[in-house]
Amino acid sequence: MNFQPNEVQRRARIASALLFLTFLFLAGSFFRTQILQHARYVLRSEFNRLREVPIPAARGIVYDRHGAIIAENIPGYTVSLFSPGPDSLREALRRLAGTIALPDDQIDAVVRRFRRNQNRPAVIFDDAPFTVVSVLEEHRVEFPGLIIQPTPKRFYPDGPVVAALSGYTGEINESELDSRTFAGYKPGQQVGKSGVEREYESRLHGREGVRFVEVDSRGRVVREAGARQDLPPVSAPPLHTNVDLDLQRFIVGLFGDSLVGGAVALEPGSGAVLALHSAPSFDPNRFIGSIPVDYWRALNSDPRKPLYNKALQGKYPPGSTWKLATAVIALETKVATLDDRMSVPCMGGYQYGNRWFRCHKKEGHGSLTLAQAIEQSCDAYFYQLGLKIGLTNLVAGGVSLGAGARTEIDLPSEMRSDFPTVPATAYFNRVAGPRGWSQGGEALNLAIGQGRNAQTVLNMARFYTALATDGAAARPRVARGPPVRERLFRLDSAQLAGLRAALAGVVSRGTAAASRIEGLLLAGKTGTAQNAQDPARDHAWFVGFAPANDPKIVVAVMLEFGGHGTRAARIASKIIAHYLKAAPRQLLSTEGDG
Amino acid sequence: MKRPRVADYPLVALALLLSAFGIAMVYSAGQTDVPTIVAGMWKRQLIWLGVGVLAAYFASRASSRLLDWMATPVFVGTCIVLLLLLFIGTGSGPAARTRSWLAIGGVKLGQPAELAKIAVVLMLAKVFAARKEAPKSLLDLWQPALVVGVPWLFIMAQPDLGTGLVFIGIFFAMLFWSGASWQLLVLVASPALSLVLAFGTPQLWGAWFLLFFALVLWYKPYVAEGVFIVVMNVVMGVVAPVAWEKLDPFQQRRFLAFLDPSADPQRAGYQLLQSQVAIGSGGWLGKGFTEGTQKRLAFLPERHTDFIFPVVGEELGFLGVTIALALFLVLFLRSVRVAARATHPFASLVAFGLVSIWFVHVLVNVGMTMNLMPIAGIPLPFFSYGGSFMLACWIAVGIEGRLSVEGRGKADMLAI
Repeated sequence: MNFQPNEVQRRARIASALLFLTFLFLAGSFFRTQILQHARYVLRSEFNRLREVPIPAARGIVYDRHGAIIAENIPGYTVSLFSPGPDSLREALRRLAGTIALPDDQIDAVVRRFRRNQNRPAVIFDDAPFTVVSVLEEHRVEFPGLIIQPTPKRFYPDGPVVAALSGYTGEINESELDSRTFAGYKPGQQVGKSGVEREYESRLHGREGVRFVEVDSRGRVVREAGARQDLPPVSAPPLHTNVDLDLQRFIVGLFGDSLVGGAVALEPGSGAVLALHSAPSFDPNRFIGSIPVDYWRALNSDPRKPLYNKALQGKYPPGSTWKLATAVIALETKVATLDDRMSVPCMGGYQYGNRWFRCHKKEGHGSLTLAQAIEQSCDAYFYQLGLKIGLTNLVAGGVSLGAGARTEIDLPSEMRSDFPTVPATAYFNRVAGPRGWSQGGEALNLAIGQGRNAQTVLNMARFYTALATDGAAARPRVARGPPVRERLFRLDSAQLAGLRAALAGVVSRGTAAASRIEGLLLAGKTGTAQNAQDPARDHAWFVGFAPANDPKIVVAVMLEFGGHGTRAARIASKIIAHYLKAAPRQLLSTEGDG
Repeated sequence: MKRPRVADYPLVALALLLSAFGIAMVYSAGQTDVPTIVAGMWKRQLIWLGVGVLAAYFASRASSRLLDWMATPVFVGTCIVLLLLLFIGTGSGPAARTRSWLAIGGVKLGQPAELAKIAVVLMLAKVFAARKEAPKSLLDLWQPALVVGVPWLFIMAQPDLGTGLVFIGIFFAMLFWSGASWQLLVLVASPALSLVLAFGTPQLWGAWFLLFFALVLWYKPYVAEGVFIVVMNVVMGVVAPVAWEKLDPFQQRRFLAFLDPSADPQRAGYQLLQSQVAIGSGGWLGKGFTEGTQKRLAFLPERHTDFIFPVVGEELGFLGVTIALALFLVLFLRSVRVAARATHPFASLVAFGLVSIWFVHVLVNVGMTMNLMPIAGIPLPFFSYGGSFMLACWIAVGIEGRLSVEGRGKADMLAI
């Protein structure tokens, strides 16, 4: 070693300088990380330790027009589990299955859901029964990632009564998560699946809150509260509807367990949906959380299709209820007036070409005016009226009456009614082939509401709101709101009054005389519609309104395979009477109908 | 002869301050939400501190002449223990696959490698002090190279990369202190540099080789030496990929994690990332003693041993880090001063060698937590939990203190 004192001092200086520089460099890099990049790393460390537990918001309460509750929330529990990854989640669920019943396919479903959003706890039970919650509370220590969260749970006090209107809620599914409608939604959330719940999802959903829990590096929940300020959920405001829950209950009672079909009650001026029912119904309360498998299977295997909304989705030949449309087209196109008679009186049918088209009354109606033909529902008259109007105008007129359209009610999954499109020739060439139809034959059928015409119950009710008012139909609305009216036809007030008088005559003297109501002028039209599914059993229709001189309610009732229209008329008259607080008087006499 | 003082009190005080700081951090490292065995380790570390201080007292009783006399037998004994360790050594903790622990009857006594560092310093000092001149050629270095090389090979065979790195650091530090020129230092280091460069980019190695070749021509070593060192560089540059294949997969992963910590955050790079998150989230004043969330929730790995410094950074912030680093710096500067004040070469070399042990440990450990160094797995002096190393550090304090007392002139660390 070179031990010269000067040399040693020089080396000591170099060593000290190097030490200084090294520590300065270290301190500098700490300054950079701790001070300059502080925010970034704080975020990172918070992300490390905090997990979000969603606190679902209470859905908006749905009220009827008088403040009665259609849908509300009751306390429930959600059980979920935090996990660092899908594999450890599966492992934890297997252990959990030793404590509570947890079938393998449910484990798979939970893991699949968790994969979509691993920062949120995996939901195991949307709506845990109290027994499960109490068992889990006992074993909480064994499952450190377990979160038992009190959650508002949807409840429909009237259950099946409101199902056709309210719809139900359920956990958001994969295809919904991918859809644009549900952008921003997260797995495990409850969303409206049908009815009002689905239509007004954005209004009823509320804003989900967040509770922060602290987890350690293995995803175990270390601190449940106070890790950071929680974000409280924001409940959705209530939704006020036009529904008259009392009337709705009454209608459902009329249908009972035996009748199958749909019924709609509208306020003619505003389009307010007073009631809407599809029988048989289902219990929306059983859909909350997860649907019991056997219940789901029973609903789906029921030949009466409870999940199929017969007021919105079912399409049925309108039969004689359509004759009003034919009459309106005739009056509007000035083919006939209410007092016009057809050249051939009804003798139980009408001979067209080489075919005899029957009237429902075998002995014949004789010579009738249009008003009388409506009253008596004379097919022979309307065959000739149809021919006079001509197929082109029948189709064009029907289209402008909204026959091939949706009503645009504020409920999802409404079906478009079936009706030929304009131009009629092109339509029939397309659907029947150029030689498969004749102008006259199609016109005859369309004129009496048969042929290529299938209407939803709601669409028929809508058309009758135009008859009940001034020729403009209001868009049916479940939720309260300003009416949206659309003119369907233009007739002068005398013509409208004449039509209404004829419809009143149907109930007072004509086909629906059995449904007369004491002290109340009821107007409406029965329909007994032949259908392709079962030629022996017709669909029974009644569409009408009351009081005939100042309509307050429009009712459409359709009984699937219900036989004669008078059966529907009896139900409709009870509905109207109940609504208008008048008692129906049953008459014994019944007449035939077309 | 009357000695002016019995001990270098400021030096001891610095070491005590660092140890107290360190044990406080070991205590904090044990304060996790889910308690682990680490919770009680601060007590054992306190006992080790007591043992260390006692050992330091005895070490300070030994004069530099006694140390000189003891150097050879201690070194030989150490080499024998290290060799034996390859057959009877056991692993521990995260390094369960290595053979670095000496255990008798299943009871782990300690890691001889920690004390071997001091033995190597003593022996190197003896070898360098034996010559009156500074080493000038590679040939002059065969003895020192042997002194470091033999235990280094045993250590690397355990394998313990971190300690191996420290040995190389000691060698270069003492070579520098013996008066070797910087050109010689570069020549000696060149094969290792070639190796490292060849790992990364061969082009960079090519550039380095040209530069190095110019240096050889300028320094004009013996022809044989020049040829030898050039050949060594070429061999290292070419051997590198082969050596890479020979590394254990976990060592390869550690190295790769150093190169890119975010590449596989869940595995090797995870430690580095969490370490930086802990340090960075500390800010100016930290989250408060024992309050660090990264530590408390076990995101920070090895928080009582290799990654104890991030606990300082997270809980005490930049202020705590600066205080810790300042304490180290003052201790080192004062120790360098001891080396400069020594009355004979052996004492001077020992003093410098011991501080170089500490320095390499601090640089590599702290640098590792900040992703400036590879994860070499070496402890932070006075801080990291571990008995052998605490003992070794305090023996070094004892020797350093004795040499300071034996030295001439004022001990002020800044009086250079």
